[in-house]
Amino acid sequence: MSKYFVNKFLFTIDRDPELVERYREDPKGTVAWWLEEIGPKNLGLATFEGTTWLTLEEDERTALENHDKVTLFAMGAHPFLTLTLWIAMFERDFQEPLGMQLDYAESLKRFSLPYPDITT
Amino acid sequence: MAKIVAICATTHHPFYYKTSKMGNDEAPPFAEVWIEKVTNYRETLTQARPDVLVMIGSDHFHQLWLNAMPQFLVGNAPFYDANYYNEAREFGLPQLLLRGDVELGNFILEKGLEIGFDLAFSNELRVDHSITCPIFTIRPEADLPIVPIYTNIFAPPLPQPKRFVDLGIAIRNIVEEWPSDKRVAIIGTGHLSLELGGPRQFGPHGPDPEFDAKAVEWISKGMINEALAEVTLESLHKPGNATHGFMDFMLMMGVAKGQVADYADTLDLFHTMEAYFTWYPEGD
Repeated sequence: MSKYFVNKFLFTIDRDPELVERYREDPKGTVAWWLEEIGPKNLGLATFEGTTWLTLEEDERTALENHDKVTLFAMGAHPFLTLTLWIAMFERDFQEPLGMQLDYAESLKRFSLPYPDITT
Repeated sequence: MAKIVAICATTHHPFYYKTSKMGNDEAPPFAEVWIEKVTNYRETLTQARPDVLVMIGSDHFHQLWLNAMPQFLVGNAPFYDANYYNEAREFGLPQLLLRGDVELGNFILEKGLEIGFDLAFSNELRVDHSITCPIFTIRPEADLPIVPIYTNIFAPPLPQPKRFVDLGIAIRNIVEEWPSDKRVAIIGTGHLSLELGGPRQFGPHGPDPEFDAKAVEWISKGMINEALAEVTLESLHKPGNATHGFMDFMLMMGVAKGQVADYADTLDLFHTMEAYFTWYPEGD
């Protein structure tokens, strides 16, 4: 399990307008591309020496490929990262103000305290 | 020695800027009272005539990331670029360039290290809306040099609540020791109860109005011990999954050293309660 790597995916996609659109339209292809091109890069380095060991578990990859925010929440992905990216990708599909955010909340109704641990 | 002329603690609501720029035809019904409250709050800083702003906030996974996460960080750069693409996208926040006060940044950093706070530092910090929201609300001219101080309320494991209070007290003492004739305001932003990315988000009020009422009483009456007796890293999950931002208010209670606030105001909005506090250090 790599909550950190799931968070890294959400973080790097959200911060690039082109990748936000790409992930919205082609989640499976974007995850595969990201695992090759972005995931291995250490974001603190200006050089090419990146990770040789980080990867997504199968269930994490599937959740990202399916835009499955409920499973991401259950896995302890950082909720701020998921929410911010989901607003960028899907708020436009709702007519009412806050429609996406309220639908998002509703989808997580089965969770009660304590929520899944987000510590990395 | 430098003089602390105002201490301001407030929520940082990223939608205020956009709301304040809306025309009457598109502004939400709560816009008028919100703008009025912020305008009144701005006056509490303006009348103190500060020369420099020490600004406490918390990066929202912009520059600071999980590969190297400082718990407390002081900026000691001559300039700070401010705000990010995703803040323009989501909140309509413009980008800014703020001047920095390197001398005060270094003084806080070095004195903090001397007295046992192992502060991280940054020579190149792009600050986000936790710092710029109070610029937009109470110093929209964005004309004063700043010293940003970031706290980690966001990426657990987090520092203990008491450490936030202690750091606030330390910042107050250090600024008062700064050999300068500058008038300093210390401004910090945090949250009351708040849920982001969870089932209780974006309700008609903050997720826990009872906590909010208690928190406002603690802050406005300077009840540091009462707050510390009840608030733990564990307990803050209950009012909402982003309520750890309340620890920045606790830091500011430390800056105010338990003094009763000279100005306190709140506004119950959807999703969260807004809160505005100002202290004028006694003897001013």
